[in-house]
Amino acid sequence: MSNKRKVVKLICIVCPIGCEIEVIVENGNIISISGNKCPNGEKYAKEEVFHPKRLAFTVLRCKNGTMPTVAVKTSKPVSKFLIPSIMKYLSNVEVSAPLNVGDVVVQNILDSGADVIVTRSLDLLERNS
Amino acid sequence: MCTYDLIVIGGGASGIAAAIKAKELGVKKVALVDEKSYLGGVLPQCIHSGFGLVYFKKDLTGPEFTEKLVQKAKKLSFDVYSDTFVFKIIYRDYFEKLVYTVSKHGIKKLKTKTIIYSAGCRERSIYEIGVVGSRPSGIFTAGEAQTLMDIYGIMPGKNIVIVGSGDVGLIMARRFALQGANVKAVIEIMPYPGGLTRNIVQCLNDFNIPLLLSHSVLRVIGKDRIEEVEVCKVDENKKCIEDSIFRIKCDTLIISAGLVPRVELLEDLGISIDPLTKSAVVNDRLETSLPGIFVAGNALVVNDLVDYAVEQGEVVAQGASEFIFNNGISAAQWKKIKLNGNIRFFVPQLISGERDVIMYGRVISPEEKVKLEINEIKKEISFFRVRPSEMIRLRLNKDELSSVKTKSLTFSISKRSE
Amino acid sequence: MSKARVAIIGAGIVGASIARVLSRYENLEVHLIEMGADVGWGVSKANTAILHAGYDDDPNLYPNRAKYCIRGNYLWRKWTKQLQIRASWNGSLVLSFSEEDEEELYNLLERGERNGVKELRIIEKDEIQKLEKNASPSATLALWAPTAGQISPFEAVTALVENAVENGVILHLETKVLDIVEDGTRITKLVTNNGEIEVDWVINAAGLYADYIAKLVGGSEFKITPRRGEYFLFDSTAEPKVSRILFPAPKPKSKGVVVTTTVDGNLMIGPNAIDLPEEEKENKETTQEGLEEVWRDASKLVKSLPSKSKVIKTFAGLRPEPTGGDFIIKPHDSLLGFINVAGMRSPGLTSAPAVAYEIPKMLLHLGARLVLKKNWNPTRKRIIRFSEVSNRRKNKLIAMNPLYGNIVCQCEMVTEAEVVEAIRRGARTIEGVKLRTRAGMGRCQGAFCRAKIAMILSRELKIKPWQVRVKGAGSEIGVGDLFSLLHE
Repeated sequence: MSNKRKVVKLICIVCPIGCEIEVIVENGNIISISGNKCPNGEKYAKEEVFHPKRLAFTVLRCKNGTMPTVAVKTSKPVSKFLIPSIMKYLSNVEVSAPLNVGDVVVQNILDSGADVIVTRSLDLLERNS
Repeated sequence: MCTYDLIVIGGGASGIAAAIKAKELGVKKVALVDEKSYLGGVLPQCIHSGFGLVYFKKDLTGPEFTEKLVQKAKKLSFDVYSDTFVFKIIYRDYFEKLVYTVSKHGIKKLKTKTIIYSAGCRERSIYEIGVVGSRPSGIFTAGEAQTLMDIYGIMPGKNIVIVGSGDVGLIMARRFALQGANVKAVIEIMPYPGGLTRNIVQCLNDFNIPLLLSHSVLRVIGKDRIEEVEVCKVDENKKCIEDSIFRIKCDTLIISAGLVPRVELLEDLGISIDPLTKSAVVNDRLETSLPGIFVAGNALVVNDLVDYAVEQGEVVAQGASEFIFNNGISAAQWKKIKLNGNIRFFVPQLISGERDVIMYGRVISPEEKVKLEINEIKKEISFFRVRPSEMIRLRLNKDELSSVKTKSLTFSISKRSE
Repeated sequence: MSKARVAIIGAGIVGASIARVLSRYENLEVHLIEMGADVGWGVSKANTAILHAGYDDDPNLYPNRAKYCIRGNYLWRKWTKQLQIRASWNGSLVLSFSEEDEEELYNLLERGERNGVKELRIIEKDEIQKLEKNASPSATLALWAPTAGQISPFEAVTALVENAVENGVILHLETKVLDIVEDGTRITKLVTNNGEIEVDWVINAAGLYADYIAKLVGGSEFKITPRRGEYFLFDSTAEPKVSRILFPAPKPKSKGVVVTTTVDGNLMIGPNAIDLPEEEKENKETTQEGLEEVWRDASKLVKSLPSKSKVIKTFAGLRPEPTGGDFIIKPHDSLLGFINVAGMRSPGLTSAPAVAYEIPKMLLHLGARLVLKKNWNPTRKRIIRFSEVSNRRKNKLIAMNPLYGNIVCQCEMVTEAEVVEAIRRGARTIEGVKLRTRAGMGRCQGAFCRAKIAMILSRELKIKPWQVRVKGAGSEIGVGDLFSLLHE
């Protein structure tokens, strides 16, 4: 964020239309937003310029389950720049079956305000003796 | 031998939705057969969101979408055969079909009045896109790589090149990047990307992954594992521009070059196939040329939204229940859908004109400011922009169709005059 | 009784045939040495799979080829039954399209007569059409050889090796011969990457590398030039197929591009013939020009080929073309214990059993003693193909082993039981499973089953899933678990 006037070009990802939005930033403030066909685009552009956020999705190693992995996501969008660290953190997390959709496996990951929750349930593997 | 009113072959989104709807409509004996140990088809491995925006009005991941459908299904009573593979269908007569299955319990011959076939698609292989060279390891289709990673927890490779910029390829580009791989390029033969713009942003731009438009993969180089891929720029006719050939070093090549409906079991029965969709020719109940056999979901047409697959599941469930309760679909003055202009296909290919119908289609090439016209019913719909990657879905009402006296309806896409 | 130790270098169709024949002798300790990760992955893996009738080879120019081909054609009829190897004896047609071609057909007929081929004759248009509905109507005459047949080459190699091993042959995989040691008069041992093996006799059946092996002992100077041929394989539903093996009139370099339906029911066309530099012994690359040439030449033989969209695979194989063009089957001039069985280019596959029976004769001639076993087992049972048995039998199989109820490869309907059986019989890789069961050979070319097969191999071989190899060393399916790159 400099003191100069900057034109940021974005493509809105809220809906399939993908409006090409132009944001003018000056002195670290948004001066204007144009090109969006709806207010969602304006909201997206405001956030995307200074605080781009994304949902993150991955799988975790899971013990004792019918599958070796369980799918998870962040409970809400987190800073885009935090995602590589989140992925690295989660690569060291191992959980155990059984797990249900919605179970929290990591609370407030890396202080992002988002939890990591299960999106694909996993049953316990019945071991026949 | 078990006797059913309806057997749904394929327990993905459209199959589960079809079974649910059929029970809701009062069909008594319903079975859902799937070859996997879990329901959902490919959805459980699609761990990203974007599913269910229409059907559940929520932005869900593939597995969450599946879970919601399965929960709905659990409240109804139909037989679910998991780990069960259908290897043959016999059409005895219009009211009796036989479905042969194999599972660890043995061969089962299931008798049924109707079949809903929702077994999805397969992915095109590297050979189908004409790539030559050696045949080392490290070459996977996108779905295969997704299964290896997000079901089995295996990292397929480190330095990735992806062929095809459809949504499947873009999603996998992001997936690889998130797991620490170096995605070197996404190669696209057309001059425009195959997938949604939002995916270009979220999957490529976010990770600085280069998208090479108008490029083609020519050759694979590598002995035991792929080492390089030879690429060239192509002209408007998709022919290689001679001195533009270069190589990209990689250890993994992901083929995301399109999906093909898996309808071999139906082809064996001799149903009519539409070369434009590579699937069955269907009427407005999504019934094939064989009475009582219906097709829905990606096995009918490659859908970009799971919501459409589910919708097709509900349409075929209605068709099947109509067939069961009325002893067949009534005869009608079936009208053929003719295509004109920038249209690749439209489904269904035959409509009765006596009921509402939802049409699903795609254009051949991207165009802006176009209109879709159906002259026989004097219908005109304007589009700001059409793209091959964005399916056109439109509902035609019984009222607007009832006036049609011709034997066909012509769908036409052309530029709007301003 | 002390055993004479024999090492056969190369477990391709020739080495495996020799191993089977030598396994009949009680006083031989036979080692079958293969540098690849599995048997038969050299020349034997990618060829036209034909059991030639025996009219192609001029007995003056290529006496070994002429002699062994027809004998081998005859012997395979017994061997395929004993070892339950898939084969069909549908006969071949060499088609002529010009006067020049017709003259060549008469040459082949005369040569066939001389070589002792039975029932060989020249036929005219209407008989051609009766025998082969899809034959090009432009074909003026054809040489009809009813004694020609087809085989599954990978099934042949694996069956031979299973039978040989069951009869006591010791198989060494991923074992490369680095040196051959002799004491001035005779061979004493082999030096390999897996240690030394003391041997009395060495049989050089090393295919493309036979010249490198021969160099280790010096003497006979011959080169093996890799001759590459490309193929198209069509989906099993692709029509029209052919019911006979169709050839064009041959050229000096090769028999030409063939159109045939494999024993598994897939239409296949190929090969062309490109000689590669002698060092490129692993260059099995397909090329645009090569494939176009194959398509063009194949089209000439038939009314039509199926649509290109029905092609499921393109691949290339290498033939081991020797200096002089004939099989080199002879003991070393001066060094006792070394026998070359090299340059087994076409009709190498056909000739293999006949050549194999020569080896004991040669050993006797060279002073070896041979004592036949009393209880040598000539038979081997094939892996049951679930997809081909009756529904009743399918039920019996599942009742006996529930793994028959789990379909791993949907395109070819291959069950988990067959995959496990393949592993039990020696498959250590996804390719090894594929060649023994057909899993991965269908329309989707393994996209749906590779992952499942990898997990089964991981379980059975007790290795991590990402360590499972697709083919040989260096072809692991993954680089680690899903999180391995994030830990770097």
